[in-house]
Amino acid sequence: MKPVPVIEIKGLVTRFGERTILDNVDLDFYQNEVTVILGGSGSGKTTLLKSILGLVTPQAGEVKLFGQEFDLENEVAVNTTLQRIGVLFQNGALLNSISVLENLAIPLEQHTKLNPALIQRIGRVKLGMVGLAHAAHQLPSELSGGMRKRAALARSIALDPELLFCDEPSAGLDPITSAALDELILTLRDQLQMSIVVVTHELASIHRIADRIVFLDEGKILFHGSVPEAKKCGLEVVENFFKVGTFS
Amino acid sequence: MIAEEKNGPVHPVIDQIRQEAACLFIEGRLTHDTIPGIAKQLKKIASRDVESIDIAGVTQLDSAGVGFLDQLLEDQFHGASLIHVSDKQQQALDAFSSKDHQLPPAHRDPGIFEKIGESVYHLRHTISELVMLISEITFWSAVGVFNSNGRRKGSVFQQILLIGSNAVGIIALLSFVLGLILALQSAAQLRQFGASIYVADLIAISMVREMGPMMTAIIIAGRSGSSFAAEISSMKVSEEIDALRMMAINPIRYIVVPKFLAITISMPLLVTLSMVLGIFGGFIIGVSYLDLTPVSYFNETLSILTLEDLMVGFSKSVFFAGVIVVIGSYFGFRVEGGAEGVGRVTTSAVVASIFAVIFLDAIFSLIYMV
Ligand SMILES: Nc1ncnc2c1ncn2[C@@H]1O[C@H](COP(=O)(O)OP(=O)(O)OP(=O)(O)O)[C@@H](O)[C@H]1O
Ligand SMILES: [Mg+2]
Repeated sequence: MKPVPVIEIKGLVTRFGERTILDNVDLDFYQNEVTVILGGSGSGKTTLLKSILGLVTPQAGEVKLFGQEFDLENEVAVNTTLQRIGVLFQNGALLNSISVLENLAIPLEQHTKLNPALIQRIGRVKLGMVGLAHAAHQLPSELSGGMRKRAALARSIALDPELLFCDEPSAGLDPITSAALDELILTLRDQLQMSIVVVTHELASIHRIADRIVFLDEGKILFHGSVPEAKKCGLEVVENFFKVGTFS
Repeated sequence: MIAEEKNGPVHPVIDQIRQEAACLFIEGRLTHDTIPGIAKQLKKIASRDVESIDIAGVTQLDSAGVGFLDQLLEDQFHGASLIHVSDKQQQALDAFSSKDHQLPPAHRDPGIFEKIGESVYHLRHTISELVMLISEITFWSAVGVFNSNGRRKGSVFQQILLIGSNAVGIIALLSFVLGLILALQSAAQLRQFGASIYVADLIAISMVREMGPMMTAIIIAGRSGSSFAAEISSMKVSEEIDALRMMAINPIRYIVVPKFLAITISMPLLVTLSMVLGIFGGFIIGVSYLDLTPVSYFNETLSILTLEDLMVGFSKSVFFAGVIVVIGSYFGFRVEGGAEGVGRVTTSAVVASIFAVIFLDAIFSLIYMV
């Protein structure tokens, strides 16, 4: 079966001032797959995610989400599309003044008419899925960095999105929690048919979850394909990363 | 999201719930957007004695749907069971089951007496913290006058620009207007007695001894006291203060001392400006409205002002400067929580320092009276 693209990017160029961060990127992400974006620090991974989501305005190129042009001018269309998307930011981005459970309730309260008891039940399930049910009533500032990440992940899947973006979900987590998070990502893909885009550097994680990888280098796509293909793709940087786990 | 017909045409089945004998049938999509409607229908049929819920007709089931079913099975129809569950639905049910995830009990909000007791209990702590902070700021500032180690090069100068020069415009304007108002108000009264010339005395004394220092201090408290609190608290929230400590840098010496020195230098200068412009405001009214000659107004002002008046004004201004820095940094270092904590301490710092300035001004007036 030919994979269906959920995100189609054509000729994307993003500059900050004089510096070109993304240079004419053509890229498709497919439905029901985990795509891992790889690249050295500062290579433009976060910028790529933000350009797709319209948080950064690209200088050129087009982005299609779910087969439709993502037109930032049309607020209604953007909001309906965004409700089908979950985003986990690199530093969590939980609202600090309210408890973890209330953070999870925000999208549910804003976008559905469910009653509070049901919202709390959903919040409880999602927190349980990331192993944080015990911290539901704590404030984000009272959590550890890794716990904050997990709480943010729970919030990003509150509305059962079809498409999930995770910017370094396992950074700052211990290997065991990180493995559990990978399990969760696979569960989301297999049982809930989510399409997931993950930025990560961890080799172990990549081997566990990646259906496909995208290797970014200096704003260009160096490689796009599966992990076994990547290991013998003939590009020194890519092969080297899979051998020693560093970018050089 | 579980969808059996994800990309197919819109499903003809209506999202609904109905009862036949002891069985509830749910059909269509059971997702977060359809549940409120289904719950309403359920309320209407007000069914009791349900033994099973048939979900064979459910085409789409998300976490809200599973939560809804769990709710029905746990509360309303205790003891009932789900029937005709497809494999796909079972996956969703497993993934989103709320059975294994229990929340800890929520915190109880403390009552009013508890709160009062707590604040009294913490009062001693607050005072000792303040004393510690004041002594540390004084010590490091005294050291800092002779020794610029431990702070960024040029930071005092930069702070003088920020606290002092940038406030020149607003202070000049407000003092001038204040001088105008004071003169106008008193002119109306003094004129009746043919004592117009005393407007000059009144403006000179009040601007130099009271209004100049107090006005300036209030403006600086609003402008710079708030920014001290905001800067220090956001540094604390983002662990920058901890990072400084771990680099063996004293945060008070590095952050607070430059501000303290800068404000101590700037305040008397700003107060001088305020005094001069306030008197100038009075002068304009005196000359234009009261028909005094410029020379007589000028002479009257000079003859009434003594060195003591100036000393009172300047000593107050230096004292207020210290109060603003101490209160700003005290609240800054005391921040708790995140961004919203920063907002809270900033507000508190401004309110507290304006209060302190006015309160201390009253005390000063009493002291200088006797
Ligand atoms: N708002 C911005 N303004 C200017 N330059 C920016 C901005 N955001 C990012 N950059 C620059 O764009 C480049 C790519 O940044 P980006 O955050 O995408 O990197 P990254 O690949 O996510 O790195 P990391 O792995 O460290 O998170 C960096 O060189 C950064 O300096
Ligand atoms: Mg990044």
